[in-house]
Amino acid sequence: MAVPARAPAAVSRTSPRHLSEPAWIRAVLIALALLFLTLVLLLPLVTVFAEAFKRGAELYFASLREKNALSAIRLTLLVAAIAVPLNLVFGVAAAWAITKFRFRGKNLLLTLIDLPFSVSPVIAGLVFVLIFGSKGWLGPFLADQGLKVIFAVPGIVLTTVFVTFPFVARELIPLMQAQGSAEEEAAASLGAGGWRIFWKVTLPNIKWALLYGVILCNARAMGEFGAVSVVSGHIRGKTNTLPLHVEILYNEYNFSAAFACASLLVLLALATLGVKGLVEWKHGKR
Amino acid sequence: MHIHVKDLTKRFGGEDAVTGVTFAIEEGKLIGLLGPSGGGKTTILRMLAGLEQPTSGEIYFHGQRVENLLPQKRGIGFVFQNYALFRHMTVANNIAFGLDVQKRPRKETKERVHELLALTGLSGLGERYPHQLSGGQKQRVAFARAIAPEPQLLLLDEPFAAIDAKVRKELRTWLRELINRLGITTIFVTHDQEEAVEVADEIMVIHKGRLEQKGTPWDIYKEPQTPFVAAFIGESNLVEDCSRLKGFERAGGAKAMIRPEFIELFKFGETSLLSALEQGVVRSVFFRGTNWEVEVETGAHRLLAYRSLEKETLQAGDEVGLLIHRLYRFDDRSGSMVENTGKTDPMPIFI
Repeated sequence: MAVPARAPAAVSRTSPRHLSEPAWIRAVLIALALLFLTLVLLLPLVTVFAEAFKRGAELYFASLREKNALSAIRLTLLVAAIAVPLNLVFGVAAAWAITKFRFRGKNLLLTLIDLPFSVSPVIAGLVFVLIFGSKGWLGPFLADQGLKVIFAVPGIVLTTVFVTFPFVARELIPLMQAQGSAEEEAAASLGAGGWRIFWKVTLPNIKWALLYGVILCNARAMGEFGAVSVVSGHIRGKTNTLPLHVEILYNEYNFSAAFACASLLVLLALATLGVKGLVEWKHGKR
Repeated sequence: MHIHVKDLTKRFGGEDAVTGVTFAIEEGKLIGLLGPSGGGKTTILRMLAGLEQPTSGEIYFHGQRVENLLPQKRGIGFVFQNYALFRHMTVANNIAFGLDVQKRPRKETKERVHELLALTGLSGLGERYPHQLSGGQKQRVAFARAIAPEPQLLLLDEPFAAIDAKVRKELRTWLRELINRLGITTIFVTHDQEEAVEVADEIMVIHKGRLEQKGTPWDIYKEPQTPFVAAFIGESNLVEDCSRLKGFERAGGAKAMIRPEFIELFKFGETSLLSALEQGVVRSVFFRGTNWEVEVETGAHRLLAYRSLEKETLQAGDEVGLLIHRLYRFDDRSGSMVENTGKTDPMPIFI
């Protein structure tokens, strides 16, 4: 005779009745959650694509191929290509310094790293205008050297670096703190120099968190609006990034084109989430 | 490697972790740093390894000063408490790490790794990752990795702390034999006196950052030089005034510690050494596996003593004579072992 209750691997998938709510409460709660998700997440997402394709795929691709749109895409990619590697290096260096060494002012440095998160992006942009603007501290001097920062690409890159600075460092610090320095010390006692320790011991241990931080950093670098808007000057075809371009098109009632460009950013966000999920899945499997 | 340490001191944020520690270690010796947790043992070990910079003091390896030498240049092997294996490397790559650093030929490295895997009983596990190993196996990998580059000094920080009791005993014996075979000077940290006594050639007792005593396990047990060592090593009974005990009248009034194994219990008629015997009543008896542990009340004291299983079993309420062979008499600053004088009394009352 079968004794089903004794089967060792038969872990019940549903929790016992006394631990769960009545069916109607469960149904209401689930429905509420789904409704909320639809309203806040799904609907806007669908709207973007619906609006973008409202006047047909032809117009959609045309508005992406338009000269100013292409230049905005190019600038966005350029800014991300500069800001992300810089923050990758800064972030790793900061996390390495904070978690593996003892020094004065460590807490101050930790607070500074968080600053871009706590300051409104508009203010971040204004700060750079005050420093590098034509009436700022450094602006006139740099202008004499023939270097324009504000209302030009360097300013956009600078503010993007500032705004996205915490992503990599913040991702690495908790992990590296949890891992401690024992493996590095072991490597040192085996005769390895700092460079070898970093490449052979530290980096492999943090690579997934690092990738995760880079993905988030990249998403923000491409999507940043507020700070970039202050320093960009909105010169079409020159200093407009993709988010700024979307705003201009929208303000000109050119909805289809605006949503077409917006859909690119949404696609980027979706791709980012996809990669992020993949990274987490791979990381979790190990 | 011959090691000499002079006045080693380490201060952490105004507090002394290690204070004026001085010692010398002969080549090839296996030394145990023993003491309660937080006493500064690990700090001493880390300063020897170069992972911690001494506040003051001198460290000599083979007569050469090394305090300012990088850990990489000291020729040491370090086994960490939690092993600190490189988690993303296989066992074989972990062991090969130090050899790769030395840029040994690939073939030689491979052979040495193979040899070490066999030596540490890990053959066939070379392709595993650390998280696929048991605690005892990880310990062996950490050990193999540390000795692979042929260090002159091996440092082990609580090497058995994270391993369960039975495996720990096996590993201890294994490690002792292996180190003796390899002849590397070795220092290990432990808070477990049984472990220190069993494994070490010499023990250094560390307490509150100071070196209390250095000597063979037997010396430390037999002749503790400070009250702390006397109380820390082995079991002991505390007595307020030892001059009131029979056979110790001439010892002078002072506190004393008496080890249970130094007290012999006699039923009436079992001995004739009456001048040295204290009278007492058995209060309780516990079976301790290899002997009886007997609690005896005598005068103002309750003392623990052992009694052989070979002798007649005692019961609570039995009247017994206690022969205290020796005790450790101490005051605030120092102490010494005192033998029972009644045993050798040239004119015993009972002839």
